[in-house]
Amino acid sequence: MNTFTIARKELNSYFRSPIAYGVMAFFALIAGYFFYVAVVFFVRRGMESAMMGQSFPMDMGEMIIRPLFSNISVIGLFLIPMITMRLFAEEKRTGTIELLLTSPVSDLEIILGKWLGAMILYVAMLAISALSLSVLFVYGHPDWKPILVGYLGLLLQGGCLLAIGTFISNCTKNQIVAGVAGFAIMLLLWVLDWASSFGTTVTDRVISYLSVLQHFDTFSRGVLDSKDIVFYLSVIFVGLFLTARSMESLRWRA
Amino acid sequence: MIKVEGLTKRYARKIAVDNISFEVEKGQIVGFLGPNGAGKTTTMRVLTCFLPPTAGKASVAGFDVLEQPLEVKRRIGYLPETPPVYPEMEVQEYLEFVGRIKGVAKDQLAKRIAEVAEACAISDVRKTLIGKLSKGYRQRVGLAQAIIHNPDVLILDEPTAGLDPHQIIETRDLIKGLAARGDHTIILSTHILPEVEQTCERVIIIAKGKLVAMDTVANLTSRLRGAETVAVEVLAEESQAAAVQRKLEQVAGVSRVLANQHRDGKLNFMVESLEGRTIRPGLARAVIESGWNLNELHAVGLSLEEIFLQLTASPENTRQEEAVAATAAPVGESR
Repeated sequence: MNTFTIARKELNSYFRSPIAYGVMAFFALIAGYFFYVAVVFFVRRGMESAMMGQSFPMDMGEMIIRPLFSNISVIGLFLIPMITMRLFAEEKRTGTIELLLTSPVSDLEIILGKWLGAMILYVAMLAISALSLSVLFVYGHPDWKPILVGYLGLLLQGGCLLAIGTFISNCTKNQIVAGVAGFAIMLLLWVLDWASSFGTTVTDRVISYLSVLQHFDTFSRGVLDSKDIVFYLSVIFVGLFLTARSMESLRWRA
Repeated sequence: MIKVEGLTKRYARKIAVDNISFEVEKGQIVGFLGPNGAGKTTTMRVLTCFLPPTAGKASVAGFDVLEQPLEVKRRIGYLPETPPVYPEMEVQEYLEFVGRIKGVAKDQLAKRIAEVAEACAISDVRKTLIGKLSKGYRQRVGLAQAIIHNPDVLILDEPTAGLDPHQIIETRDLIKGLAARGDHTIILSTHILPEVEQTCERVIIIAKGKLVAMDTVANLTSRLRGAETVAVEVLAEESQAAAVQRKLEQVAGVSRVLANQHRDGKLNFMVESLEGRTIRPGLARAVIESGWNLNELHAVGLSLEEIFLQLTASPENTRQEEAVAATAAPVGESR
């Protein structure tokens, strides 16, 4: 119950500040651009194949939906630190954290509430991309199941990046520091995959396993793999758990 | 209602609160007095479960702050030094939010908000964004927040700091009003002595993390107000300064006279009385009968610093501290 009260409060302050609008507008712009490029490419390929008199295999899923989902997952890396940076940093700076911590609310409820609030904003942001995808249903018959799986993947990936961002925001009282540090870590989690993509040793495999984006690949193909779901859920758990620990340690240190 | 035993709070480098013990009965208003950095806020933060104690025990209404923090938090209303308000919320929204997380029943919430808004005189700004309110209003919103769940114990950290005199009086009246209803136990911290005199029944004085005194206001002031200090301003030529000083020293009950700055034909003196003697009428008579013009004469109240010097000074170093006070006084009083 308290969790929802806090989530609602978080959501409220997102929409009272420019953050929500900025993040959503930026996302709409970039995601829309990627969608446009993918569709133009698809149409051109279609025209080329018609002109050459031979039919290429034209697959909307493979040529529009999959690249779009991968792109959105990368955009998430850039936008999620902006969503999470204020969660705790702002409350610590203004002292309102004292209100939360002296209210009969458990740490867990506070953390979950804040994470949930951020999650709802993220979902609202993703919903914008659904507008673009709905255009495909107007002019064609794409398979809806991979799209659903793709969105599930985005939700899980977003959830785990938001959990990491929440933790980082709890480590500082400066929003900018939280934002930059969050961005750096997310970038690292993305790049991990590149660095080890050619290696075959155990270390390489472990490192590439840690790459958050690498696990999204199966989702973007429309494949539901329990291994990746477990990975995302455990990162969400670890992120929120670290946040709880950090709140605890803060209390004993400060 | 509140019981603190051997409370110690150690930060990485320094001890903020050092082995403090006290008890507060139900319905009492207790003033927590001390200079900045004395450990007032830390003690309050321990009582509100914001910080855990390093050693010792603290309990509110029989619940230990470490063992059952949720039970303690349910019974405590807390106003930190800066009111914990969200500038982007409207007052009404904010009180709704706080009411919910403080566990006010849903069907009671609207009624409680109306009540506390009335009590804190913020009914007229319920639809205003908190960010647009003046500091005085914010403070009152903070107070409304602290009492919304009708807590047994109210902990207020410098509730009048940074307010203008008008707002200070309003806030004090508000606290007294809450106290008059008798169902709240109130601890309020301050570094302003008159504030304690006006609102509190008992005073706890701490300095450098240690408990210095714990007594009723009346006992404490009578204990401390043994001797009085009087500021005298005489209109006369500077050449007569020595003569005036001699005259003042001869008044019955005067222990010593310190000369302050003399400027523009105004001679300033600080006169200290002997223990328990009234010297103001005598001083006035002495000046006027000698043919000088008395421009100003007033008793200088004991500042908190002086109380601390008195309370913390052991007999051996009292002399030394008086010497320090004597050299410091002219600078402080030269305004």
